[in-house]
Amino acid sequence: MKTDMKADKRTDRKADRKSANGANGGSNGVDNMELLRSMLLQRRFEERTAEAYALGKIGGFCHLYIGQEAVSTGSISLLRPDDYIITTYRDHGQALARGMTPRSVMSELFGKVDGCSRGKGGSMHLFDRNLNFLGGHGIVGGHVPVGTGVGFAIKYRGGDQVCLCFMGESVVNTGAFHEALNMAGLWKLPVVYIIENNRYGMGTALERASAIHDIYERGAAYNMERAQCDGQDVFAVREAVQAALDRARRDSAPTLLEVRTYRFMGHSMSDAVSGTYRTKAELEEWQKRDPIVLLRMHMQENGELTEEQLQKLDEEIKAQVQDAWDFADQSPEPPPEALWEDVLVDTTT
Amino acid sequence: MPVITYRDALNQALREEMQRDDRVFLMGEEVAVYQGAYKVSKGLLQEFGEMRVVDTPITELGFAGVGVGAAMAGLRPVIEFMTWNFGVLALDQVLNAASKMLYMSGGQYPMPMVFRGPNGAALQLSAQHSQAFESWLAHMPGVKVVTPGTPYDAKGLLKSAIRDDNPVLFLEGEMLYNTKGEVPEAEYTIPIGKAELKREGEHCSIITNGKMALVAMQVADQLAKEDIRVDVVDLRTVRPMDVEAITTSVQKTNRAVVLEEGWELAGIGAQVVDYIQRECFDDLDAPVIRVHQADVPMPYAKNLEKLAKPDAAKTIAAVKKVMYLD
Repeated sequence: MKTDMKADKRTDRKADRKSANGANGGSNGVDNMELLRSMLLQRRFEERTAEAYALGKIGGFCHLYIGQEAVSTGSISLLRPDDYIITTYRDHGQALARGMTPRSVMSELFGKVDGCSRGKGGSMHLFDRNLNFLGGHGIVGGHVPVGTGVGFAIKYRGGDQVCLCFMGESVVNTGAFHEALNMAGLWKLPVVYIIENNRYGMGTALERASAIHDIYERGAAYNMERAQCDGQDVFAVREAVQAALDRARRDSAPTLLEVRTYRFMGHSMSDAVSGTYRTKAELEEWQKRDPIVLLRMHMQENGELTEEQLQKLDEEIKAQVQDAWDFADQSPEPPPEALWEDVLVDTTT
Repeated sequence: MPVITYRDALNQALREEMQRDDRVFLMGEEVAVYQGAYKVSKGLLQEFGEMRVVDTPITELGFAGVGVGAAMAGLRPVIEFMTWNFGVLALDQVLNAASKMLYMSGGQYPMPMVFRGPNGAALQLSAQHSQAFESWLAHMPGVKVVTPGTPYDAKGLLKSAIRDDNPVLFLEGEMLYNTKGEVPEAEYTIPIGKAELKREGEHCSIITNGKMALVAMQVADQLAKEDIRVDVVDLRTVRPMDVEAITTSVQKTNRAVVLEEGWELAGIGAQVVDYIQRECFDDLDAPVIRVHQADVPMPYAKNLEKLAKPDAAKTIAAVKKVMYLD
């Protein structure tokens, strides 16, 4: 599924312009061009990932982030290098937004030794300790207590770092979520729990899985600040996440943030894009609010982006992704001895 | 040399390691204000404060995961399960997170942490509170599984476990906490993965671990009165298992009885027998016999529980059987 960057798919110009003019760049000196670059890189990368998967270069499960780029870029663009990120198996977008190189991510997807996890993890287990990117986890809900634990460590050492813990909306029904958020609310830990509510847990719609639908309200059970925002608008995401980061740094208090978004591809590469549990019409409706198109149009209307600049940016990014593909292709498979490496740390007692 | 309880040996180990390294903290139910459900953490809250001795809600899965996250962020957690029966709830964090993090991340995230708690049966605690988990936990790569039977072993091994940069699953015993033994005042550690010969004899090997080591030693002392002298190989660690200690003993005695607390099918003893048949086939003068719990959930009634559990009488009968003395 290729995104046509030129198509004007908006419905209500006025409403979109209003929300897009929200928290406009600002913190950390990140400008809109950088936001656009980050989101477009994820989009072009994921499009090529789908191709590579179809060609058999990527095996196993592969969960694409297309459509949700404003959530990753909007939130991660606000972080400091010493903040932490932990997420689910739908982790390519967040990894790239954090600054992991396309080469290291693509190589990992191809199962090569130059992958960020040395070919040992794959799509669902991207890690980069230098960027405090704590994976990449495959058990739904399993990583949420881990995020709480990172918050505990921050408080233990008296720091003002924050842990950003992403999850899908299905996670909120797991026991692990409940236990993790209760402790964060009880102990007041600096964790921002971001629910990427893309309305479907694999093939099950939110309304069929969750007793309440404004799921951020569950934060009340944990005495936790909570909010909901529009996940297709990168500025709305930034505004909501900034408030949560400030609260975490200042008060060591957690936040539950529900971000309403949509994935334009299926749950994974094995899942139909539409026609089974969701209609083509619904998908097309959401595609009218493509987060990249929204940002692009906002920038063009404010004279921040010309057609030529956009084309140039897109070509640069496509070249970068092609370079990643070529690099991954040429990177060797892990040597046989790698099978036995990193099961345990060698220790002398 | 001072004689102290297994409980106090663990308490000393925790205290010494928390003094030595301020990244080490203890977390679990009732570990702080209550001083520990079995008083293993007595006095630690007073000495180290509530950030380092942390009472949790009843949330094994949750706080085991908190430990994983804290370890990923550079701390060295000791996560206590009130019993390993409750630790089952946390198995996702132990198996799917702790044991695999280093491997899946390509070596970036070691898990320097300990999960500890009492394991196996006590007295009439009934089916849900009486299970031995060695074989479940030892099955997975990426962890070490330690089962000390004496105060000396408990202290030395817990210190090693805390210093180990890998996830160590540390299995104690309610029935062991009050037992006493000599423990030196000077600092010492015991390497993980090394068995110990607790009794020596040339007629038969008893290979065992955990609280069954005490049973095995009783058996050895009893049999010695009948002029039957047995080796007692206390494994102390079941993963990695000290195969050399097993084979050295069996090559000497030519007969083996494997004594364990758990059930038969896929139990720890089955692995011991596999090592023996592989490495000592030509040394054996009799098949190897296992002594273990009856293949039933643990019953409550006192007489039935006694029937279910492995004990000295059953072990003595097994030794005589492999010696063809029955």
